[in-house]
Amino acid sequence: MCGIVGIYLKTKKYEKHLGKFLSGMLDGMATRGPDSAGFAVYTKENKKNFKYSICLNELKENDFKKKISKFIKKIKLTYYADHVILETKEKPAKILDLLKIEIPEVSLVGYGKSINIFKQTGNPKDVVKKFKLSSFSGTHGIGHTRMATESAITTQGSHPYSTSEDECLVHNGSLSNHNNIRRSLIKDGQNFNSENDTEVAAGYISNQISKGEDLEKTLKNSLNDLDGFYTFIAGTKDGFALLRDEIACKPAVVAETKDYVAVASEFQAMAHLPNVNSAKIYEPKPGVVYHW
Amino acid sequence: MNFDLNKKTLREVNQHLQNFDRKKNTRKFEISNPQGQHAICAGLKDDIDITIKGHTGYYCAGMNQKATVTVHGNVGTGVAENMMSGKIIVKGNASQSAGATGHGGALIIEGDASSRCGISMKGIDIVVKGSVGHMSAFMAQKGNLVVMGDADADLGDSIYEAKIFVKGKVKNLGADCVEKKNG
Repeated sequence: MCGIVGIYLKTKKYEKHLGKFLSGMLDGMATRGPDSAGFAVYTKENKKNFKYSICLNELKENDFKKKISKFIKKIKLTYYADHVILETKEKPAKILDLLKIEIPEVSLVGYGKSINIFKQTGNPKDVVKKFKLSSFSGTHGIGHTRMATESAITTQGSHPYSTSEDECLVHNGSLSNHNNIRRSLIKDGQNFNSENDTEVAAGYISNQISKGEDLEKTLKNSLNDLDGFYTFIAGTKDGFALLRDEIACKPAVVAETKDYVAVASEFQAMAHLPNVNSAKIYEPKPGVVYHW
Repeated sequence: MNFDLNKKTLREVNQHLQNFDRKKNTRKFEISNPQGQHAICAGLKDDIDITIKGHTGYYCAGMNQKATVTVHGNVGTGVAENMMSGKIIVKGNASQSAGATGHGGALIIEGDASSRCGISMKGIDIVVKGSVGHMSAFMAQKGNLVVMGDADADLGDSIYEAKIFVKGKVKNLGADCVEKKNG
């Protein structure tokens, strides 16, 4: 089943409450996906530093600090349960290899200049508390509650999937040709860390964008290339885009006010948002890319 | 009589309305703070009048018999699904599969209805003041679908005996759906 949510703030008014809003939205979608949850919060772009969202798995905080300090000196580490946000000037090319080779017991969830990304197994109501989502401020965020179908209930199987700098994807549905697409993307140099279908869609988007396509065109192309049923929300550092496949059996509803745009699988996930009862509420059309 | 869904559970409210005491004079009810909950007013079977103030979730007023339900807001998937009789009025927009498999009664949507409006309808009358989404009246068997606005792609695909009236434009007709001159 799965639930997906997204909120984009048009004005600065609610930036401090973004985490609280997103947390309530994930809470509201716990009924659609009780197995695991994840979310990405976008904050203002950090010009100097990169942020790496890392899941420590079994590794202890101190051990991670010791290991990483051997290789890079100037770092800032902020811990949230079993995740850590590593801030440093070092570029992704270096850090990605370093983590893979020197500290393979941890897993990189995502990286970029504005993205903070967390995901874990467990009921969404507990996951949002564990990562203190309510305390986050930001400009936009997306999230997912998972009812596993295509692959096992693991952290790697949870959404969002981030396959490139400041990009991530959440998905409600399932893809049927993901193995073929994965094979052709691997030949094209894309890396994958799971057997999950959504990771393939995320890789597909990153691959096209790296070749110079914009997000909107990429999503339009996916209508031809990705077989299956889906509602996607794709996040970037500037905002997010929404797409439903042409049959549109996976739900989505949009609520728009002068201060924000919210998207969710069901309206009940947005019922707590300010002035939502006077918002413009509509259902996105099948096969049409919406972008904020 | 008023029910506040912030104070009472949906189950309490639905049970009260489903087991309505016919000897009582009160036949008017109001429900506030629906908060997008599912199955509000499902399974009603008496001639009562209910006003819902706000947006509802899935299957609002599903399986309705005799009751009149007015929603001052939008409704989620499957409003009035499998309705037998009575009247459902939606002041806002409806999500997909509005009036699905409805056997009778009237469903009036003042805004737009999304995809698959009237799917497999079996005798219900549906009036949409706005437009309907794609694959509306899919496998429609009996009843009337009246659309004041436009209809999106594949209208009436695999239709049986139902009738569809559209004032605006139809993107295209689905298989087995035949356009006929009025009168």
